[in-house]
Amino acid sequence: MMTHTKINDFVVKFANTNGTGSASANTMFAKAIMRMGVPVSAKNIFPSNIQGAPTWYEVRINERDFLARRAGKCDIVVAMNAQTYSLDVSDVIDNGYFLYDSSKPLSDTLTSQNIHYLGIPIADICRKEFNNPRQRQLFKNVIYLGALAALLGIEFNVIKTLISEQFKTKEKLISANIYALELGHQYAINHFSCPLDYQIQRRDLINNRIMVNGNTACALGAIYGGATVVGWYPITPSTSVVDAFANYCQRLRVDPASGKKNYAIVQAEDELAAIGIAIGGGFNGARAFTATSGPGISLMAEFLGLAYFAEIPVVLMNIQRAGPSTGMPTRTQQSDILACAYASHGDTKHILLFPDSPHECFELSAMAFDLADRLQTPVIIMSDLDLGMNDHLTAPMQWNDKHKYDHGKILSMRELDSLLSFGRYRDVDGDGICYRTIAGTHPTKGAFFTRGTSRNQDAVYSEKSSDYVANMQRLERKFDSAKSYLPKPQVISNDTPSDVALIYFGTTSQAITEAVYLLKAQGINVNLMRIRAFPFQSQVATFINNHAKVFVIEQNRDAQMRTLLMSELNLAPDNLLSIVNYDGLSIPAQAIVDGVVTHCNQQQEVS
Amino acid sequence: MSFAKSTFHHKGLPKNELGLTYRDYEGALSTLCAGCGHDSISAAIVHACHELSIEPHTIVKMSGIGCSSKAPNYFLNNAHGFNTVHGRMPSVTTGANMANQHLTYLAMSGDGDSASIGLGQFAHVVRRQLNMVYMVANNGVYGLTKGQLAATSDKGVKNKAGEMSLFNDIDLCCMALQLGASFVARCFSGDKRQLVPILKAAISHQGFAFIDIISPCVTFNNHPDSTRSYDYVQQHVTAGAITDYVPIKEEITSVAGDGEYDDICLHDGSVLRIKKLDQNYDASNRLTAMIDIEEHKKRGEILTGLLYVDPTARSFHDINETSQTPLNQLQQDVLCPGERVLASINKSLR
Ligand SMILES: Cc1ncc(C[n+]2csc(CCOP(=O)(O)OP(=O)(O)O)c2C)c(N)n1
Ligand code: SF4
Repeated sequence: MMTHTKINDFVVKFANTNGTGSASANTMFAKAIMRMGVPVSAKNIFPSNIQGAPTWYEVRINERDFLARRAGKCDIVVAMNAQTYSLDVSDVIDNGYFLYDSSKPLSDTLTSQNIHYLGIPIADICRKEFNNPRQRQLFKNVIYLGALAALLGIEFNVIKTLISEQFKTKEKLISANIYALELGHQYAINHFSCPLDYQIQRRDLINNRIMVNGNTACALGAIYGGATVVGWYPITPSTSVVDAFANYCQRLRVDPASGKKNYAIVQAEDELAAIGIAIGGGFNGARAFTATSGPGISLMAEFLGLAYFAEIPVVLMNIQRAGPSTGMPTRTQQSDILACAYASHGDTKHILLFPDSPHECFELSAMAFDLADRLQTPVIIMSDLDLGMNDHLTAPMQWNDKHKYDHGKILSMRELDSLLSFGRYRDVDGDGICYRTIAGTHPTKGAFFTRGTSRNQDAVYSEKSSDYVANMQRLERKFDSAKSYLPKPQVISNDTPSDVALIYFGTTSQAITEAVYLLKAQGINVNLMRIRAFPFQSQVATFINNHAKVFVIEQNRDAQMRTLLMSELNLAPDNLLSIVNYDGLSIPAQAIVDGVVTHCNQQQEVS
Repeated sequence: MSFAKSTFHHKGLPKNELGLTYRDYEGALSTLCAGCGHDSISAAIVHACHELSIEPHTIVKMSGIGCSSKAPNYFLNNAHGFNTVHGRMPSVTTGANMANQHLTYLAMSGDGDSASIGLGQFAHVVRRQLNMVYMVANNGVYGLTKGQLAATSDKGVKNKAGEMSLFNDIDLCCMALQLGASFVARCFSGDKRQLVPILKAAISHQGFAFIDIISPCVTFNNHPDSTRSYDYVQQHVTAGAITDYVPIKEEITSVAGDGEYDDICLHDGSVLRIKKLDQNYDASNRLTAMIDIEEHKKRGEILTGLLYVDPTARSFHDINETSQTPLNQLQQDVLCPGERVLASINKSLR
């Protein structure tokens, strides 16, 4: 067989069984590569099931920082789940490697492929070396980790350090794990020619980047943004936002002197209550949020309308998954865009933020609380399962101590004293954003009745058409004012002029640098714009109008972002093309390239 | 058409400790039907708050949707109010209470609002032991949507349109007792002598206080086929006990040895004095309270009064160990861990 060495550019996939404790070994594998200075990304592909079902963990190593999911087959599969062997074998590229537990022989049907088989009798080794059944199970993972280190040339010390860090306080576990690691390492050295033609070589390409998942970053953003009230109801893939928030709060938000909590987390009875609690908190002047996913968004719609119309600040983190209905609960999508932009009945619109990395999950989550307070309306963070639950290499989270929270237009007791009269919904500044007061502020001034029914500008119930229309127009004005507070789109123009452009947002961003590179190789230059917020700022329309062909790239069937762009910016559909990917896995660069090339070819045929 | 209340003040109106008259506790002019029981509840709240000398602006009025939920408009003009969505007042009140535990949360709901669409939220706010006063203005029908049967309508009764209630009713007091409410009472909106002291006690109670207030709907449920009509309730109400509320500063005369009285000391030092009509009535027994309610119901009677109280209750914030400073008043320097901490978090992720 012909071999040529591939350095720092390949895909390794781990096939495991849910509940066997493989996650930490797999994460260590990815982290070891990062610590060797080589860019790496990792994706969990897991079932909506607790135990016993197959799970996969796909690691892409790429020193050019192409870290989106690579289309096609993998280079190396570490197959630890006999039930998926045949699937896993077919997932290996020609001349690739299939590492498996050879305690039991592989069936002949599996060995016929044109790939290399690396059999390690892992179960046998474990049976011999360890007595405890749980250890026998757990150390299997550590053994293949040790073997991979030898096979791929990962520095052994790097992994050893990772293990020591993981079991920081448990000396006994460290030595036992390192022993298992060495068993695997030694076996590989004794039986295979290490390293293989796939190799990790030390580089210095990570700089100060960190590896973290988006949900943890959102949780930290909420802490830094000053959130104190959380109402939530468990739903994959958003649950870990609140888990992480609770964990960090225990460390960072308990008053050391009194032992009292500077936060309140209420696990609600359902999503209706979850957002109700957040809205109650926002109404009463606390920074409050909830986290959910598609089905939760549906239930929260009525309340979102109330918060919009009654003008109550609240932050919602929507970690999107594949819909409709219960859809594919553990697969990723960007398919709640329209549902969130217009959630609830009547003329309702909401502020959306689209983070594309954990770094931005942190930044936008923290910023969301300022925005919600400033604009007195719900702000929805549009993350997704891929961003939220997978570890990503990302710029470090950033906070500037000089930044002061923007609580918006809240009147203090003193300000109320100096006012002749107060009207909750008077547009004093002409920006559509009114002044509010918080319960308990003043004995005689500033109290008003919050309601979801129509009212005049002094918050008195009114069904007068003129009052209603004036209020609706002011809300529109406020939505327009919002644009100046929202993060601007990011525009990257090519050196060479181009009439082709890509618009993308959120996790579709991961595939962009690679797509641009591949397109360039085919002679197609593209300009880029990443949308970061809704409502769209004027730059978005300008950018679209400046290009003959604009591809909107998104992960849903119905091209929801394209629809939103067309309807909100009043665009003709002709030059807004769409590239969609909605199989539940994140979009690979190749899908974007194929979409653009196919269209460009069609155009040529026509002309 | 808009209504305005006269701002004329009688000079001779009695003032409370804060120097406020009951007019300082009033709300907007009611737009409910003349004679609606809900207006009597509003009036009782005005009296209770005035007599307790609570600063009106330290109260937050919460409600769902329905005629009853409109009522908070009609008391306490200087308090913030929130008319939320149908059946979901409990969650919003929970959030508001999380933000500031030191205000008084007076919540008003209807039997449709609480026993139908909002039954889940009702159950869970009881479980959560939120420190609030939860009043249900119970008229056995949907008022605002014009007279449909409610889940609290007694089986076999008819609404104005002649439609019969075919299914068992939900008794919210029994539910509240079963779910662990630390204060449960049932009153009749037409009996101010009973309602005002119970309201005062509920407000003083540090924990979840539930009051089911039979509040006849004069428009849709005041006909002979109803068990929530004014006349029916007047004739069938039996008081389990008469409750007096004795504020902290009043001397509590000794009644030791008198088996007819029960003095219950609340958290804030005030006292609930219960004069038992029924010798066996014991307001500290959750189980017998449920049995009493059911037995009276079997006899076609409505048992009213303070049905149960646990003066030692712990509320959500006690259990959560929330900071004494209201969460909505914590400043950035307390809430934000700052750059240095973030740098170390970043470091831990390399
Ligand atoms: C989601 C939703 N469903 C239905 C309604 C219509 N609705 C308004 S009030 C009400 C019933 C109110 O009955 P109740 O709570 O008993 O109060 P009452 O008017 O009798 O005081 C209904 C069904 C609504 N506002 N929202
Ligand atoms: S309809 Fe009934 S409940 Fe509603 S205001 Fe009139 S009397 Fe009261």
